[in-house]
Amino acid sequence: MNKVLFFAHLRDAVGEESVEVEAAGKTIAELKQQLAEAHGIQKLDAVMAAVNEEFADDDEVIKEGDTIAFIPPVSGG
Amino acid sequence: MNYEISKEPINIQSVIDKVVQREAGAITTFIGTVRELTHGKKTLYLIYEAYESMAVKKLEQIGQEIEERWPGSEVAISHRVGKLDITDVAVVIAVSTPHRADAYEANRYAIERIKEIVPIWKKEHWEDGQEWIGNQKETVSYPTGKPEEADLHE
Repeated sequence: MNKVLFFAHLRDAVGEESVEVEAAGKTIAELKQQLAEAHGIQKLDAVMAAVNEEFADDDEVIKEGDTIAFIPPVSGG
Repeated sequence: MNYEISKEPINIQSVIDKVVQREAGAITTFIGTVRELTHGKKTLYLIYEAYESMAVKKLEQIGQEIEERWPGSEVAISHRVGKLDITDVAVVIAVSTPHRADAYEANRYAIERIKEIVPIWKKEHWEDGQEWIGNQKETVSYPTGKPEEADLHE
């Protein structure tokens, strides 16, 4: 299983802080498409992803147990 | 713990104390505070949220980048999360270096990098609504949500 984390406006859109999905073997791009359809999220393809707390490209392949986070444009500071 | 996400008000002096070193001739401190007016619109308060474990890692990365670019520097950064009122301290960055020019430059570098790569978000609350804010840097690349490749790895 894989834990997927949502933050800021994405969490508001999904209505949950995290979901559990079977994503091993999928790319980040594929997972984005799956979640966008499942949760009716728009523009997920324009959001950065992190795998195990490091930024990841869309073509990175997810492994069993990886934690994936979707990172909207940041606004700290 | 030179890099922290804090749910409590930041003790500014304690951040400065972390970078005190005998080799330093300068310590610069940046204190980011909550501004009331942005483009004429009145903010009532902010909520800051972080992906805390990753945010600490990215603050550490910024510190490492600074220590490589400005040899002899020491860095400490604390960023607040939760509800902040106008004038509250959101972030404190302290940098010590042997010479003052480097301390100023490195400190500026730290705050710009925070706005690029550290997963922290603010939600603005106004009299007539609220909104998560993104892309404060207004860079060419970031409207797509992607930091530039060089931003991630350098």
